[in-house]
Amino acid sequence: MTTIPTEPVQPGKASLLYDPKIRGYVYQLALLAVVGFLIYSAASNAIENLRAQKIASGFGFWHNAAGFDVNQKLIPFSASGSTYGQAFWVGLLNTLLVASIGIVLATFLGFFVGVARLSSNWILAKIAMVYVEVIRNLPLLLQLFFWYNAVLKPLPNPRQSIELPAGILLNNRGLYLPDPQLEPGGSLIVLTFLLGLVGAITFRYWARKQQEATGKQYPVGWIALGLVVVLPFFVYLLMGRPITFIYPELAGFNLRGGIQIFPEFVALLVGLTTYTAAFIAEVVRAGILAVSKGQSEAAHALGLRPGATLKLVVIPQAMRVIIPPLTSNYLNLTKNSSLAVAIGYPDLVQVFTGTVLNQTGQAVEVVAITMAVYLTISLVTSLFMNIYNKRMALVER
Amino acid sequence: MTDATTENAAFFVRRETLPQEAAPLSVAGPLAWVRANLFSGPVNTILTLVCAYIVVTSLPEIIRFYFLDAVWTGSNRDACLAEKVGRPVGACWAYVADRFQYFVYGSYPVTQRWRVNIVFAMFALGVVWLLWNNAPLKKLGAFFFFVLLPISAYILLLGGPGAQNLLRYLIIATVALAGVYMVLSFAPSLLGFYTGAAQLAVEHELPPWKRFYRPKRLILMALVAFGLIAILDQSIGLPRVDTGLWGGMTVTFLIAAVGIVFSLPLGVVLALGRRSRLPIIQLLSVIFIEFVRGVPLITVLFMANTMLPLFVPQEWSPDRLLRPLVGVALFAAAYMAEVIRGGLQAIPKGQYEGAMSLGLGYWNMMRLIILPQALRIVIPGIVNTFIGLFKDTTLVTIVGIFDFLRTIEATLVDPTWATPTTRATGYAFAAIFYFLCCWGMSRYSISVERRLAAGQRR
Repeated sequence: MTTIPTEPVQPGKASLLYDPKIRGYVYQLALLAVVGFLIYSAASNAIENLRAQKIASGFGFWHNAAGFDVNQKLIPFSASGSTYGQAFWVGLLNTLLVASIGIVLATFLGFFVGVARLSSNWILAKIAMVYVEVIRNLPLLLQLFFWYNAVLKPLPNPRQSIELPAGILLNNRGLYLPDPQLEPGGSLIVLTFLLGLVGAITFRYWARKQQEATGKQYPVGWIALGLVVVLPFFVYLLMGRPITFIYPELAGFNLRGGIQIFPEFVALLVGLTTYTAAFIAEVVRAGILAVSKGQSEAAHALGLRPGATLKLVVIPQAMRVIIPPLTSNYLNLTKNSSLAVAIGYPDLVQVFTGTVLNQTGQAVEVVAITMAVYLTISLVTSLFMNIYNKRMALVER
Repeated sequence: MTDATTENAAFFVRRETLPQEAAPLSVAGPLAWVRANLFSGPVNTILTLVCAYIVVTSLPEIIRFYFLDAVWTGSNRDACLAEKVGRPVGACWAYVADRFQYFVYGSYPVTQRWRVNIVFAMFALGVVWLLWNNAPLKKLGAFFFFVLLPISAYILLLGGPGAQNLLRYLIIATVALAGVYMVLSFAPSLLGFYTGAAQLAVEHELPPWKRFYRPKRLILMALVAFGLIAILDQSIGLPRVDTGLWGGMTVTFLIAAVGIVFSLPLGVVLALGRRSRLPIIQLLSVIFIEFVRGVPLITVLFMANTMLPLFVPQEWSPDRLLRPLVGVALFAAAYMAEVIRGGLQAIPKGQYEGAMSLGLGYWNMMRLIILPQALRIVIPGIVNTFIGLFKDTTLVTIVGIFDFLRTIEATLVDPTWATPTTRATGYAFAAIFYFLCCWGMSRYSISVERRLAAGQRR
């Protein structure tokens, strides 16, 4: 290399052994061969073992009768006449139910705690810090055991239910809410409520356009409140109060009537919400700290009060930093909802990977279906959050 | 004296400075601090009052329950029953003290527990060696933690013929390795076709104690260590302790340690695979990482528990404890791979190019230039993954392994200590244990972060 060659050098005819391209192919082929061999031997072993244990394979079990009951179900399900396939849907819906409610609650709590940790109020910031440090450093399973076994189980039995306001009863069988019944004319209230909701969203959209065009601001919050809450309430009064409630009552050793929310659900929801909220709080705090101090100082200089500064200047910019880790926290919450199996909430893992797997013995199919479901949930969630992230991302020139 | 008279004349200008006065109470001192930080406006005042109310009502209650009214000594439930003691009873620490051995060792035979203690001591030594920043012979420490410790722990904890066989194989393998190494290092120079370009000349100028990690020494040390264990084993004849008897913190630490020891190298390999230019290797790494990260650990554990026995020949039938260990290690490896990938991406391209221009091949480039820098950047991320892993060890409870949390649950259904406050005490003890471990790890990661950021501070 020290002398400049006088004639064009032939590209080095190195031995094939040292050609990076050839080497690459060889390595990859070798890896493929190893992986292929592993898969082949696993599959052939599985076939052999299944045959030896006389376990059926394939998805035929989907239509077989289940023969067990589930206490919380969003679709009709009974021990007699329901199939394993229906059990799968019951479990999946329960997972989605607890995950979606948990995500909403954890977001609110997490944002509140995250902002509280940065508050100028010393005692509030310290309480938020203690909350985050304690919750984040304890295993979720321990927290679920705590909520279920130490808080909800020792509640009094149905005969000595704790009476909460508005006819709500709390005991060791769960939380009992009054069951609203629509009488003739009641559907009009629901209709008004839905119309009000649509109207509020439309108005918010229009107000934003107006603000962008003219700079004029409208009291969106108050008008939305009027449309969604006050208007249906007036209709309710006008129609002569057509909604009645069936209150839970003691019948024998148990309560009858009302909507029963099972303690397993409450424990799982509370556990997941508080646990994920602590992580979201840290994400929010990091996001807010990532917004440069000049932004809030400029907002103060413009005369915005602290609340308005946070809402209009800091949070919208912080969202860009917050959204990606927030997404992974949502996914974690969904995946963590599978811990339901430890306290007996009938989610996908408890019903399907637990009971159905034990009854059918078809481990490969059942575990594969369960994993496919969680993978799908993960992919769909990240897809939606990516779309949202793209909308929020900084538009550069 | 004219000067003096002029001086005696009425001067209204003070000629010496007054001692500084304290700042007014409204801007400095505790009162001002209270005003600024607690009562700076109506909203803040309300928040402060609400928070103060919560603290004032709950904190004394907690202290009363866990300390003042607590029972510290006793041998059965009678010590912790209010009607037997004749006073309000808080936490029943006597129960924790009574069951402490069970929480640590599970059902491990009492006469054999010294083996667990030795492993604990070795584990502590390894952890301190690796984490203490100025510890000498760090590479030897890494060899100790990642190679010697797992093997010795396996032999010591399990014992019996299986361990002796493993020991025999290990000694044979080490001797064979030593032989191969001798041949490879001498034969080429004898035959005269070995150029030795990859070896950096610098290595030979290192002081002798720093050459300790070189292969020859490592093999020698492994031989000595295995020989010692073999002599110990032969003279005492460790009886076999089935994994079904293991439990408590032993199992919790075991799962965490196995997860750490296997997930780190596996994570490095997966991260390198994901960054590889070879499409098949990259694809396989991406599939593995994204698949594992997309499913909950429980399903991985269920898979390891129910499907692993199906995938291997029937006569192998993996041990009940081994199955979740495999699951946890693979699960942690996928998360570790993503953390390490972040580090690899943060290394500027010039480092890769510089290494290549020095004539280093791929593995030497990664081993000597890239990975030391990349791993150093992501130490906080790695520790965070360890914290998650440590918390996740509790999930093995669900597939029937007696980890620490499970031993707590098991003692709670035992009538010997069935009192109204036992459960609160047991959970508090578990919480303290997990909190201390996780919080300690996170403090360590913060201190590392500070030290690494020292270069950026001006």
